[in-house]
Amino acid sequence: MIIKEYTIQSADGLHARPATTLVRLAKKFKSSMQIKKDDKQIELNSLLNVLGLTLKYGDSISLIIEGHDEQEAAAAVEQFFQEQLKNL
Amino acid sequence: MKGIGVSSGIAIGKAFVIKKSEHALTGILLSSDSGTFSEIAKFDQAVATSVQEVQLIISNKDLKLQEEEIAILETQIEFLSDPQIRIDVLDKIQNNHSTAHDSLILVIHKLVEMFKNMDDEYMSARSADIQDIGYRILKHLNNSFHSAAITLEKDTIIIAEDISPSDTITMDLEHVIGFATGAGSRTSHTAILAKAKGIPAVVGCGDRLSLIKNNDVIILDGKSGYVLVNPDNASLNEYIRLRTDHIRMTEALKSLMDVSAVTVDGTEISLMGNISDAEGLNNVFDNGGEGVGLFRTEILFMGRSSLPSEDEQFAFYKKVADNSNNCPVVVRTIDIGGDKEIKYLGLAKERNPFLGYRAIRISLDQPDLFIAQLKAILRASAFGNFKIMFPMISNISELRRAKELLEQAKESLRAGNIAFDENLQTGIMIEIPSAAIMADIFAKEVDFFSIGTNDLCQYTLAVDRMNEKIEHLYDPFNPGVLRLIKYTIEQAEKNNIHVGICGEMASEPLAVQLLLGMGLRELSMNAGSISEVKEIILNTDIENAKELCGRVMEMTDSDSIVKYLKEQNRAR
Repeated sequence: MIIKEYTIQSADGLHARPATTLVRLAKKFKSSMQIKKDDKQIELNSLLNVLGLTLKYGDSISLIIEGHDEQEAAAAVEQFFQEQLKNL
Repeated sequence: MKGIGVSSGIAIGKAFVIKKSEHALTGILLSSDSGTFSEIAKFDQAVATSVQEVQLIISNKDLKLQEEEIAILETQIEFLSDPQIRIDVLDKIQNNHSTAHDSLILVIHKLVEMFKNMDDEYMSARSADIQDIGYRILKHLNNSFHSAAITLEKDTIIIAEDISPSDTITMDLEHVIGFATGAGSRTSHTAILAKAKGIPAVVGCGDRLSLIKNNDVIILDGKSGYVLVNPDNASLNEYIRLRTDHIRMTEALKSLMDVSAVTVDGTEISLMGNISDAEGLNNVFDNGGEGVGLFRTEILFMGRSSLPSEDEQFAFYKKVADNSNNCPVVVRTIDIGGDKEIKYLGLAKERNPFLGYRAIRISLDQPDLFIAQLKAILRASAFGNFKIMFPMISNISELRRAKELLEQAKESLRAGNIAFDENLQTGIMIEIPSAAIMADIFAKEVDFFSIGTNDLCQYTLAVDRMNEKIEHLYDPFNPGVLRLIKYTIEQAEKNNIHVGICGEMASEPLAVQLLLGMGLRELSMNAGSISEVKEIILNTDIENAKELCGRVMEMTDSDSIVKYLKEQNRAR
């Protein structure tokens, strides 16, 4: 299991467009991926649930990744939060 | 009736009413397991068909979709195939024995309500996306085929309760000259689409909009938000005239974009924009602004639970520097106070937040926080043409202390061999009357002034801007306020320092000539006002402006001042 911590760095928070990209990215991997904000924890395969977290600029989240391809999945998520999110 | 004008312009045309077919619950209960299975299969099939349908729209080259529109559709596909919706629908089919049709209506209804109630305008507007995908799946569940494409006549104004994202994308806009919707906000799809296409639009008109019938004659004013139905001839003629004026004005302003702001006698005036982030910068340039007279940094400190680190701040400021084409950018250190509750800054609700613990008072009270912000701004200054400005200075000790801390920040960067602009200028906001009255003293210790007319007016007149009962007393043309502004400008000139203005008065058409007459040569405002102000400047002669200013300064009350300025404006 890999746990990663991130702070949302895009000024608009995690809006529909980047959230779509993130959910699609998560679906590419076999590992289970969950996102946690405060005491809410949801599976990263549902755009509705991701938007339901209303992630805003500066919010801290954790990602819990578990499965055969967790290394690759974690690397992809890392790239999403550190690079991609800024351009979406 | 009146709604929210979200895309300006005047449209006069015939109504075309789009009605969403109502989907009612059937109340049918499934009696067997096989019924349950077949309903689940029907649901899955309807979802699959819906996804295909949206994919076909995306791949249809004839629609010439823009990137934004494709992003909306991709999000729709994701909503359509969302596992949570399927789980909820299946739960209702299996445990409540409802049909797929009823289950879906209930699930979508609940989700729409949930999003609508979110305390975030953007998320709240997403309820339209969810309603939209709900309709799409229902359509396929009921096997009703795609409604025949609507052919719209010339000069059509679309009237609808709400226009869904897929409607807005697939609609043939060639003949659409306006939109009016019952629901919606500034961030709704209708608003975004209309603005992007330059079509006048009014949203949030309420239930009365449903009284409009096809082919009613509609006048729609996308700026004021008025929607007139079957108007009399007098209003019709009036609006035809207004429409012509508006078109002429928009074209004239557009042609001004690349023209420099120079008065009739050849005096150059700097027109700048106020921004809160790097994105605002594009808006300033798009409107012909030459730089940034006020970069507010508060946004970075709001809506979060801990202080942004120096590095995070640096990234935020550097993004502005990177996109600034080396034009001047005046960065204002934080101006937050007790009107916003921010725990990590030690801000509690105050009874009198505008006279309380805010702006430079916080910065000086929490030097670590202030130095982190200064270091971040300084580091970013290496990548652009920054100036630093302190807000809410009320006495000279505050300025001196702020400069000491700035020096400490510089020293610590030098020690670490970190680059910054050694010639960076330092200035203050003139927004507290004591600072304006002492402008002669302050001018000797800063490189520039920026007059913040909103707060200067509120503090000089002791009027809370947010209090509706005394709104009429909030008056920038009060001679007391004008004297403070004029004195500040004169003292800046005398001491050879730069002076600008960054409050709303800079974009008040009546005030522009007066301010130029007082000697102001730099005005900073919201980007959308730049062209309008430029147009006034192009028609101003500085000698005349000085004369006008002389007359105004002799007047004793703001009613006469405003009356006189209006007359002069008309004469111009």
